[in-house]
Amino acid sequence: MEFFKSTKTYDFMGKSKAAMVFSIVLVLASYVLLFTKGLNYGVDFAGGTIVQVKYDKAAPIDLIREKLKVNEIFHGATITEFGSPEEVIVRLKSSSDSVTKDVGDMAHAALDGTGEFEIRRVDIVGPKVGSELREKGIMSLLLATFGILIYVAFRFEWRFAVASVVALIHDISIAIGAIVLVGLDVNLDVLAALLTILGYSLNDTIIVFDRIREGVTTSKTTDLAESINGSVTRTLSRTTLTSLTTFFVVFTLFMFGGEIIHGFAFTLLVGIVVGTYSSIFVASPVLMWFGFDIKGYRGKLAEKAKRAAEKDRMRAQYEQGTI
Amino acid sequence: MKLNYRIVIFAATIVFGIFFSIPSLLQTEKGAKITLGLDLQGGLHMLLGVKTEEAVKSRLKSIASGIKHYTDKNDILIDGLSPKAESVMFSILDVDDTKLIDVMLKEIEGIKVDVSAEDYKISLTPESVISTKKQSVDQAIETIRNRLDQFGLAEPTVARQGEEKILVELPGIKTQEEEQRARDLISRAAKLEMMALDEDRKMRVYQMTESEAASYGDVILPDAAQEGVKHLIKEIPILDGGMLTDASVGFDQSNRPQINFSLNAEGAQIFGDFTGRNVGNHLAIVLDGEVYSAPVINERIGGGSGQISGNYTLQEAQDLAIALRSGALLAPIYMMEKRSVGPSLGADSIRASLIALLGGFLLVVIFMVVYYRSAGVIANIALIANLFIILAVMALFGATLTLPGMAGIVLTVGMAVDANVIISERIRELLYQGVSIHKAIEQGYENAVRAILDANVTTLIAAVVLYAYGTGAIKGFAITISIGILASMITAILGTHGIYTMLESRISKSHDKAFWFGIKADR
Repeated sequence: MEFFKSTKTYDFMGKSKAAMVFSIVLVLASYVLLFTKGLNYGVDFAGGTIVQVKYDKAAPIDLIREKLKVNEIFHGATITEFGSPEEVIVRLKSSSDSVTKDVGDMAHAALDGTGEFEIRRVDIVGPKVGSELREKGIMSLLLATFGILIYVAFRFEWRFAVASVVALIHDISIAIGAIVLVGLDVNLDVLAALLTILGYSLNDTIIVFDRIREGVTTSKTTDLAESINGSVTRTLSRTTLTSLTTFFVVFTLFMFGGEIIHGFAFTLLVGIVVGTYSSIFVASPVLMWFGFDIKGYRGKLAEKAKRAAEKDRMRAQYEQGTI
Repeated sequence: MKLNYRIVIFAATIVFGIFFSIPSLLQTEKGAKITLGLDLQGGLHMLLGVKTEEAVKSRLKSIASGIKHYTDKNDILIDGLSPKAESVMFSILDVDDTKLIDVMLKEIEGIKVDVSAEDYKISLTPESVISTKKQSVDQAIETIRNRLDQFGLAEPTVARQGEEKILVELPGIKTQEEEQRARDLISRAAKLEMMALDEDRKMRVYQMTESEAASYGDVILPDAAQEGVKHLIKEIPILDGGMLTDASVGFDQSNRPQINFSLNAEGAQIFGDFTGRNVGNHLAIVLDGEVYSAPVINERIGGGSGQISGNYTLQEAQDLAIALRSGALLAPIYMMEKRSVGPSLGADSIRASLIALLGGFLLVVIFMVVYYRSAGVIANIALIANLFIILAVMALFGATLTLPGMAGIVLTVGMAVDANVIISERIRELLYQGVSIHKAIEQGYENAVRAILDANVTTLIAAVVLYAYGTGAIKGFAITISIGILASMITAILGTHGIYTMLESRISKSHDKAFWFGIKADR
């Protein structure tokens, strides 16, 4: 079975302008969302308390709301269904620092008389831990991006590195836009998903870049667009296939993995789709626009080879004792 | 068919993978097994902070106790002895006692003494403040660990995090009651103090304010048993729980549980001295700021043992004895983060993630066979081997499998076949160019490996950062995905290459490229 004909070369670069407009619109839309609606930080980053309660029948949300009104500590509590009608999550902005009697215990007591229930999960994150986790989260995204930038620059060339980081920022921005759009609670798992997107989206880009590098050194053409088209076409099967298999598994995770893993799976799904798109339509055009030039690159390679040869010659002479 | 080094290594890794994952998969008695994270098996995770500045205060208080005991014993008259937040002050009435005082103060380590005429001001040196704080965290960790060990839970974790934080993880907490009991036990200060009543003013305690009491060097403490009853007590304790050697549950005359405790030699000495001098007065036994009893001293009490009686249930008495035995917390602790997961939710999470794993696995496996035929089967063998290796390595290193970790394994299923997709695509491409099977395989691998390595390294960079910066369950994701990627280098690159080499002569003979690589044979 084959998805793409191997004999035909698709003209990706010809569509790069349209793709760029599309990308810019998406990225801008994402930032507009981010700065107007804003991220919905969950307890991990904002601090606060969540209590997950499972009832033996449909949860009496109104009654729960009524009961929680009694204590001031629950002021501003939100109660939402979680995965099934029996299960609810109570979110509180407040946290408490008492070890023996915390907000979770108080919520437990307050819910007395709402029916048969079981407290399945209590997360309390103090404000200090919340801000610490937020700092660490931002640090980790920056650090990962930086590490990847260095690696790609080291293995390829700086323009490749810059192009791949542009693609990364593109992917992360759109993923964040999607997170804001659906109002996902941003917790540690979503951050983990974003970091995975960093690694994954780059994975695709690198496979394409590797081909471009190879194409530049082996083919005779000096037209970069033509060379890129050829390389992207030849990796097209692989790019789509791997994205497909990864999409399969993340989709099953999204469907069957349970409510807790939902945000994680959703973020990854968006990341996989955007990452695949960007490795084809964003990374390569950026490479070209940054003025990557085939002749120059070949010249550099030739020089490198010459230097290596020279070194070998010197060594040979040295070993023979002529110097 | 011929053997080659790659297939031998691959076979060895498969044997390794299966062998070491058996204990985890079949839950055998022996052998290293994967530990399930708290989010999967249920349990309590807490990050506790230590109020270290309180430890400094209590150090000063205990210095004050020492001074009081020394001056009483040597008949030195002093005035205004009181521990403040950062120093202890007092003044001597007779300047001739200066020498005696200096002898005593020399004995105490880590203090700075300011003297102006008869006024003394004793404060801790900066180094001593730091070491007191550090010690209070060390001691809290030790104490909490001791208490939990005696509580009887399986494998509690108590570890320092950062400078002043303590991570406590209790797997296997099943019920709300159990959790409450564990939290009570952990946070209990268990600070036992023998204190003296202010005999002259105790009748006025109900008319007195805190600040007025403080002006006499007293504190007002509530009674543990009777609501509303208060006692006026001298602020500087006679001795504190640091000199306690043992505490156990006993029963009083009416067969109610009580705590019997005994003091070490020094404590017994101080206790004996005090009771000898104060016959007819009251002695208050104070625990965590509440007065448990205040009996009249009938005679000098030697031997250094005593009882605490209260309205305990047997379990409360036992927990209290544990807390006392394992020592007081020098500084109070507070909750910074708590995550508690009930066992039923953990079981649900395991089931859901297993369904996702199985579903994703089947989809990928079927897809690979449909698309690549035999090459897909070979890739699937590598994939299965990969899963075993992840389990085996995790079991061997005692790594913890969390819910995000399960997600990492699911994701690995999708990504591990990537290497084989890249390789197969390369081989197909070369076959289209009309090269021989042998050349297509060898060159295909050669071309593909470089790209696979580069791509995997970037994912690894992200995973390592996630491990370094992630907390708790998220680390589990970084672990499984890293192991998965590293294992795929062996299974998907080396292993499948070995299989191809082994089958090469057969593939060459058959000419059926549709069967072997899923492409039309005529091209």
